Amino acid sequence: MGDALGEGFIRRLFNRWTLFAAMAALVAVVLENNYYLSLLNFIGIHAILVVGLNLLMGYGGQISLGHAAFFGLGAYTSGILTASYGVNPWLALIAGLIVCGIAAFLIGVPALKLHGYYLAMATLGFGIIVYIVLNEALPWTGGPSGLSGIPSLSLGGLKLDTPWRLYFLIWLTVWAILLISANLVDSRTGRALRALHDSEAAARSLGVDTARLKLQVFIWSALYASLAGSLYAHTLNFVAPASFGFMFSIKLVTMVVLGGMASIWGSLLGAAVLTVLPELLAVFHDYETIVFGAILMVVMIFLPRGLVRGILDLRELRKYKREGVR
Amino acid sequence: MDIFAPLLQYLISGLTNGAIYALIALGFGIIYNATTIINFAQGEMVMLGAMAAISFYHLHPSLPLAFAAGMGVVTVVGVVFERLALRPVKDPSPITLIIITVGGAVFIKGAAMMLWGKDAYPLPPFTGNVPIYLGTATVLPQNLWVMGLTAALVLALEAFFRLTLAGKAMRACAYNNRAARLMGISAGRMVQLSFGLAAALGAGAGILIAPLTLGVYDMGLMLGLKGFSAAIIGGLGSLLGGVLGGLVLGVAESLATGFISSGYRDAVAFLLLLLVLFLRPQGLMGGGK
Repeated sequence: MGDALGEGFIRRLFNRWTLFAAMAALVAVVLENNYYLSLLNFIGIHAILVVGLNLLMGYGGQISLGHAAFFGLGAYTSGILTASYGVNPWLALIAGLIVCGIAAFLIGVPALKLHGYYLAMATLGFGIIVYIVLNEALPWTGGPSGLSGIPSLSLGGLKLDTPWRLYFLIWLTVWAILLISANLVDSRTGRALRALHDSEAAARSLGVDTARLKLQVFIWSALYASLAGSLYAHTLNFVAPASFGFMFSIKLVTMVVLGGMASIWGSLLGAAVLTVLPELLAVFHDYETIVFGAILMVVMIFLPRGLVRGILDLRELRKYKREGVR
Repeated sequence: MDIFAPLLQYLISGLTNGAIYALIALGFGIIYNATTIINFAQGEMVMLGAMAAISFYHLHPSLPLAFAAGMGVVTVVGVVFERLALRPVKDPSPITLIIITVGGAVFIKGAAMMLWGKDAYPLPPFTGNVPIYLGTATVLPQNLWVMGLTAALVLALEAFFRLTLAGKAMRACAYNNRAARLMGISAGRMVQLSFGLAAALGAGAGILIAPLTLGVYDMGLMLGLKGFSAAIIGGLGSLLGGVLGGLVLGVAESLATGFISSGYRDAVAFLLLLLVLFLRPQGLMGGGK
């Protein structure tokens, strides 16, 4: 029985993942429009960020209000090392991961030992420090006007400098990140994380090292952000501090909340919706702040499981009520 | 002498800003004591106070009236925010409450942007702009207003907590919520009161600082964060700690601006916050968790 269950599970998983890969590949074959491809690339980059943040929020029960800072650190480490020092982009990407990992460790150790609110405030403060440094450290970052001349990534002599070529790299990364995250969530660590989310005391009583686990998932999410940042820098060939401010951190949290906390696929949806929406509605930009605020409050109050699952839940509830089942 | 000459000046501006941070920190502490919530929208109450007072002053140029009306309106906003956004929450885990109060903050900021636009507006100083000379330093009358009114508000708050029934009930709730409820204190009413009080203090801070810094829709985030830093530095939930934390933060920031660089001014608050989290998470005065 155990075998059959395992096999069925693997088959289901296999189908879902191959389907996703096939769809992504199909899109690349069908779409020739560079604008749409770039839009998809940005959705992909945002999805990596959101999946990471969702691991922290949905599974770790913690929140980072400065995730844009890790994104920015990754982007700037890649940008500065490649544009100013001519370092190989792939090595710069790894350097970015190391920088973000250390930063997350240093913030996470003191903040996570304390009350649930401290990580939120510490990351918010960290986000603002990073934003200030990006603006003020002119000799390295180029200040508010940004850093240009970042080379494109290349793979075995092939320069990844068109939206079409980047599409493959970015969505292959997204695919891998989703797969890794889904496996993480279904692993022993993932179960421990969910236990942690439901009740820290209960998780601890069952032998889960909660402090360590929270720190791990926080660092993990910072590493995703750094990776997304490096990809962003090499996609745009230009970075400026304005992309890494407080509002972007809020935008990421909104994507997680909209897609549904503790939902890997919901993250993809949240990232897609909030990346496409501003593009569709030009007026959206003026109302962005108020709309994000409204989404955060309304979804958390009425649909705490996110848009899709929340609406499904409500429909089910109504069905039960109609059928008179209490 | 060259180094010490500007010291007094830095101290004056530091204590002025510090008084503002102290008022905001008290708001964080009051809500925390009543609910163990950190209200991320606290900074926006400061902004709303300043903007509302400026608008009232335009309608009817009387500062005392604008001050009272500004504080009154924001108090209502604080209470309504609790009623509409926090009371209906079914699963009050910290992360849910953080997201909702952050959402509230962002929403209020966005609404303020639509209402007042992105321009900064002035509010006239309470009693003129003639500087008073103190040796090498100058003090604006507004600096004295900020420090004096902050002291008055803190004393009034202390009196409220010590002498009135409602104040004693709030302290009882902070000390032991369940026991307080068993004694017939309505916890819901106390929560409402705490949100109203915190909003009023924040609004007061905003109106006091507006003549020095102008009022603008996005001033809330920074002030709120610094108020929170002050609350943590002093020890969350401690009245004296909040005031002390505010003053320490204000002076530290002012000294760093004067002696190091003004660009990194805002980073000082957060470095101090992170430092306190590292070394003394319960704060200077706190016995917190």
